[in-house]
Amino acid sequence: METLGYLIDGFGVALAPHNLMFALLGAFLGTLIGALPGLGPANGVAILIPLAFSLGLRPETALIMLTSVYAGAMYGGRISSILLNIPGDEPAMMTCLDGYPMAQKGKAAEALAISAIASFIGSLIATIGLILLAPVLADFALTFGPAEYFALFMLAFATLGGITGKNPMKTVVAACLGLMISTMGIDSTGVQRYTFNMLELYEGVDFIIAIVGLFAISELLFFIEERAGKGRKTIAVSKLKLSWADIRHVLPSSLRGGVLGFIAGVLPGAGASLGSFISYTLEKKIVGKKGHFGDGDPRGVAAPEAGNNGASSGALVPMLTLGVPGSGTTAVLLALLISMNITPGPLMFTQNADIVWGVIAALLIGNFLLLLLNIPLVGIFVRLLSVPPMYLLPVVTLVAFVGIYSISNSTFDLYFMVAFGVAGYLLRKLEIPLVPIILGLLLGPEMEKNLRHTLDISNGDWSALWDSGLAMGLWIVALVGLVLPYIVGPILRRRMRAAAETEASDRQ
Amino acid sequence: MNKALLGAALVASAMAFPLAASAYEPAGKVECLAPADPGGGWDFTCRSVGKTLEDLDLVPGNVQTINMPGASGGVAFAHVVSKRAGDEKVLVAASTATTTRLAQGQFPGMNADMVNWIGALGADYGIIAVAKDSPIKNLDDLLQALKDQPGSVTFAGGSSKGGWDHLKVLMLAKKAGVEGLERIKYLPFTGGGEAMTQVVGGHIGAFSGDISEAQGFMESGDLRVLAVLADERLPGELSDVPTAKEQGVDVTGANWRGFYMPADISDEAKQYWVDALDQLYASDEWQNVMKQNGLIPFDVQGDEFRQFVVDQIADIETLSKEVGIIQ
Repeated sequence: METLGYLIDGFGVALAPHNLMFALLGAFLGTLIGALPGLGPANGVAILIPLAFSLGLRPETALIMLTSVYAGAMYGGRISSILLNIPGDEPAMMTCLDGYPMAQKGKAAEALAISAIASFIGSLIATIGLILLAPVLADFALTFGPAEYFALFMLAFATLGGITGKNPMKTVVAACLGLMISTMGIDSTGVQRYTFNMLELYEGVDFIIAIVGLFAISELLFFIEERAGKGRKTIAVSKLKLSWADIRHVLPSSLRGGVLGFIAGVLPGAGASLGSFISYTLEKKIVGKKGHFGDGDPRGVAAPEAGNNGASSGALVPMLTLGVPGSGTTAVLLALLISMNITPGPLMFTQNADIVWGVIAALLIGNFLLLLLNIPLVGIFVRLLSVPPMYLLPVVTLVAFVGIYSISNSTFDLYFMVAFGVAGYLLRKLEIPLVPIILGLLLGPEMEKNLRHTLDISNGDWSALWDSGLAMGLWIVALVGLVLPYIVGPILRRRMRAAAETEASDRQ
Repeated sequence: MNKALLGAALVASAMAFPLAASAYEPAGKVECLAPADPGGGWDFTCRSVGKTLEDLDLVPGNVQTINMPGASGGVAFAHVVSKRAGDEKVLVAASTATTTRLAQGQFPGMNADMVNWIGALGADYGIIAVAKDSPIKNLDDLLQALKDQPGSVTFAGGSSKGGWDHLKVLMLAKKAGVEGLERIKYLPFTGGGEAMTQVVGGHIGAFSGDISEAQGFMESGDLRVLAVLADERLPGELSDVPTAKEQGVDVTGANWRGFYMPADISDEAKQYWVDALDQLYASDEWQNVMKQNGLIPFDVQGDEFRQFVVDQIADIETLSKEVGIIQ
């Protein structure tokens, strides 16, 4: 059991006092950000990346903190779903269906506790899956040559819109924008592209700056526009009455949800929304008439929560082993890794074993921390929901500026970040998603490199791109991924909406 | 006018350094500029040298590493030339990548004379390697294959096209009398590790890199090192690896790690830093750092180092012109 030895070393890294402290901080901040309506995990991690730089954290500590933020945001997403019927992010949508009715019946505390336990089980299952699957996939990645990598990147883009994506065309537009920005700088043969003879542009656009600008600064601009100075009213949460029988009642649903979520997470592009959706629908099918889904069935809270937390850990598998992110948030985490000079992929498991296994161990530990944070301390988060954004966002902006400046000590980067913020604001107004832009920026140079290498090796013969069976398979999956959302997407989305509506009308 | 300025400068320097006799000493904090993101080679140079300087009390204050990435060192170089002239408390990490860029004119409008070259503190020697089951058994096989058909072997390396890893291949091929150097295929990767994975995975023919990068795959037996580009065999466990020289191709390629400082610093200050790096190099602490990080002895300081840099730039420029990397 080589894996076990690595994992024990990983625990050594994760249990170091300062790493533990930052895991706790990340879990807390993540839950908070996840709980705020509208701020999903991708935004949460993007907003907190500058914090890692301004604190001058070592790579493993920074990564441990931000994966805890990620896991925390998945936990936090459920709080506003249950209490306010407003999902913190898309994956938390399904939790509204049974969580809010439970809260209306005065069982808010139970719903929060059950969802925390289900989240814990989902994450635990998926983290174990990650431990088992990642090393196998990392070995397999050695068989990937340039042509296979190119096909894999195409696959990542093709499935990016995801089955739940709103407008596939806008996703494509966004990805192309990202790819275009990524061509700036000196290319691998020494030719300057769009550098305008400015030294600052020689290495192209730093994606950390782009990410922080697009997500954090645009968030601030939206806030200014909406003048949302008022906080929300505090919601009363009754005392928790949860028996062991209640937990046992939702255990099978949580286990099933966790496994399904993990599988959905590993598939590139599918991600957490799909995980929570299929977990919920499957659970409804299995329980059948015996349940009262849509009317505050605890199992209807447990299944999607286990599903979306399972998917979030599952999405780390392709990110760590192949360098291809399985979701928006993992794309942001990938950017962090690259900016710390760590190249994800098979080599990371040998060269940066302490970091990889430290992070995996931290996921396990973070999960326990989150369970502890989320059952006794849930009242604090509920109260924090009513903190007016006028106090929160200036802090975010301050951290963003300090963090970006501390990376390169250059004011040029600050101007650049603000420019990206304005661009992000405009794009969000046009409902063009931001994550594909980041993915284009991140994967563009890699795609170009692998394409060049394939053609260099084959002396310019384009058929080399689909010469091997593996490459061919990847192309086919990519094609299916590109076409499927047009066929299945509308149906699935209609069902999700219909489910939400009928259940809402049932209650009345 | 000039006299007035000179006078003002003298007064200013006398005020700034009240003790400025022959014994210069940097007062307060010293900066070490790493012209890249945290985690790379230059960052390592700054942090390890800074820490050792502090541990050995070679500087009175502390040494702060500042990352200034951009244009493969060009942003930091431009900053030092235009904004730091006369600053005696800033060291800038440099390596063969810096001289390569200078030689190929990739820091526009700037050249090596615009800064003070202080010294090198170790080097990483170049290697050429193949996967363990490659049909190429030794350096001679490789060069023979290139002579017959320059495009027959593809090389992978961690630097860009025209960069140091590419140049090492070209230097060997040129010395061995290969015709058509521009037809040799070289594929650039983001780092040596990624390039090696492709070679070990059997996707690309040969690897050009530095010996410290390759040690992991050498120990596991996945990689066969055909030649190390050093004058003599390396010490310790690496003594099994033959040099290119003993195989009849007299090429050496050392990726040194060292420092430059801004222009217009006083001779006393320059001498102080040359001596400080000399003492640092001789210390057990530094020898230990070198050993742990796969660095190999390479100790050139002061004027000798400046000459070395100038010569290396001239060599790289000539070679780059010959193979058409620059016009």
